[in-house]
Amino acid sequence: MNDAAPLLEVEDLVKHFPVKGRGLLQRATQAVQAVDGVSFSVRRGETFSIVGESGCGKSTTARLVTRLLAPTSGTVRLDGKDISTLPERQLRPLRRDVQMIFQDPYSSLNPRHTVGKIVGAPFRLQDVEPEGGRKRAVQELLSLVGLSPEHYNRYPHEFSGGQRQRIGIARTLALKPKLIVADEPVSALDVSIQAQVVNLLEDLQDELGLTYVMIAHDLSVVRHVSDRVAVMYLGKIVEVADRDDLYEHPRHPYTAAMLSAVPVPDTRRRTERERIRLQGDVPSPIDPPPGCRFHTRCWKATEVCRTEEPPLVQIGPAPGHLAACHHPEEK
Amino acid sequence: MSLPTDPPGTTEDTNENAIELRSVEGLSQGQIVRRKFFRHRGAVVGLATLVGLMVLAYTSIGIFGSPGWWKWDPTTPLPVQNGTDPTLSLPGWLGGSGFAIGDHPFGQDEIGRDIFARTMRGTQTSINIMLLISIVAALVGIVVGALAGFYRGAADNALMRLTDLFLTFPIIVIGAVLGKLAGGSGTLYLGLALGAVSWPTLARLVRGEFLTLREREFVDAARVAGASDIRIMRKHIIPNAMGVIIVNTTLLASAAVLLEVALSYLGFGIRSPDVSLGQMISEYQSAFSTRPWLFWWPGLFIIVIALTVNFIGDGLRDAFDPRQKKIPSEREMRKALQDEKSPAGTTS
Repeated sequence: MNDAAPLLEVEDLVKHFPVKGRGLLQRATQAVQAVDGVSFSVRRGETFSIVGESGCGKSTTARLVTRLLAPTSGTVRLDGKDISTLPERQLRPLRRDVQMIFQDPYSSLNPRHTVGKIVGAPFRLQDVEPEGGRKRAVQELLSLVGLSPEHYNRYPHEFSGGQRQRIGIARTLALKPKLIVADEPVSALDVSIQAQVVNLLEDLQDELGLTYVMIAHDLSVVRHVSDRVAVMYLGKIVEVADRDDLYEHPRHPYTAAMLSAVPVPDTRRRTERERIRLQGDVPSPIDPPPGCRFHTRCWKATEVCRTEEPPLVQIGPAPGHLAACHHPEEK
Repeated sequence: MSLPTDPPGTTEDTNENAIELRSVEGLSQGQIVRRKFFRHRGAVVGLATLVGLMVLAYTSIGIFGSPGWWKWDPTTPLPVQNGTDPTLSLPGWLGGSGFAIGDHPFGQDEIGRDIFARTMRGTQTSINIMLLISIVAALVGIVVGALAGFYRGAADNALMRLTDLFLTFPIIVIGAVLGKLAGGSGTLYLGLALGAVSWPTLARLVRGEFLTLREREFVDAARVAGASDIRIMRKHIIPNAMGVIIVNTTLLASAAVLLEVALSYLGFGIRSPDVSLGQMISEYQSAFSTRPWLFWWPGLFIIVIALTVNFIGDGLRDAFDPRQKKIPSEREMRKALQDEKSPAGTTS
């Protein structure tokens, strides 16, 4: 396999959820456009983050990439192979290449199973017999994520949130996946534990050469872990760039506004900084505004924004910095 | 954790939680449930009584044609002794004339059949029907509820409308019709037929459980690892819904006893020469003023069965409810405090 080729390519991905109408037949007349034409690609060994506020479609994107949901249209290519339309049966052997870390460590572990059973489940499901037996493999995984191998026979309710998230991470590592999709892996944890888990994920990446797609809403966590960042708004990617480029030179007004809202733990710098306050609420994804989806809240919006949808194009000097805006920021 | 600045309430809370945690350390959920169940006095007494009753009923007159240890059988008329009165006499301290069983402890009916043997046979029939109804209803209810809750959409609509349809029928009327058709052919068919109409409430509850559990992330985790639908239902959802299923099946069982009794009393259930508790009451109702023991005994056994099954269900419900927490006693609290002070006693 060519190492230069991207591991994951997502092209024009669309997911609409039908909304049931009233009346006897409950015909679907409208659809929530959760993800509406998203394209990005992820290189081997990098951490690609998707950020955005609640309801912008970032978790749906994660679920489409792992095929927990079937896309309405568009393609998801893993190692050049389109997995977006494969039926479940043919998908199963490919599942070992893509694993997922879940948001809520209290809900992602089956309370009836022991830790050993939870972490060893992928072996059983994929019929893999690791060297030295499954039990030893599971115990090695547990020590890899910083738990004791003696926890093998314990139950999830005996662990704290951070430990549970480690168990979840050990489970995703069992099959040595190429890609790990992490859906808000730390947002349910205490801040002190967040750092531990984030650092664990980074160490594992260095050690095992993992590729991450990270879904997050905490911009400081994203800044710490990512190589590249995509910003989503109402089901579309509005800006993609390398981390430093994005944080220092945001081109899309939405990104700029979002970054200006990050709290700064320094009173002097806080007063110097200009805080952009957005007016109004996020429009409904059932009936998104025409043209640029952000125009209803954008302070730069003009006539062209209301009628014409801006394409996601290269903006500024940095390579690979794409933004979808008619009036990008110049800084 | 226990900083000296902590308000007293907090340390107490921590201790309570520590005791709670220590008491469940290393236990599976199943073990925790079992432990809680056996701490529930009513449930344990109920279980012991029911098991004792079943042993008594099944061994005394035998099952499947095998003979029991009791000397009479339920259907043969015998010469009348003691004017058909019960020969059971209570021990002296209960106001009787010394404990004795006699030939016919529960008495005889007007043609001389032994009431003890008949009550035992009736208890057997009632318990058999109860088990049959609850097994059949549980199986159908789980399958229907699971499919509806897991697949939602059209399957859910179809199955739940069917469930609604079954719920709108008064069960005693359906039971009467089915009983009329099946009752004559024995316990097995009556049990199956009544089970086939008793599942709707359970199906609804199971569906509800499935609807909640299917959204939990461990289901997604199993799917990402490549688990099939059947496997997800069997290994991940049903074990977590087991509490609801067991508790409601138990409650269904106690209702089943009463349903059988009601049907047999009305003459739609078990018919002569088969014996059931309800059928005995129906058969002997004209003897109310002359030989009241003819239906005291079956009535007593009905009450005991229904009551013990209800107590067991009650205990199971408490055992499966995670919000039910044992409040530690003063002594346990003191002990926990001491453990905390001496580092040797603490476990990490």
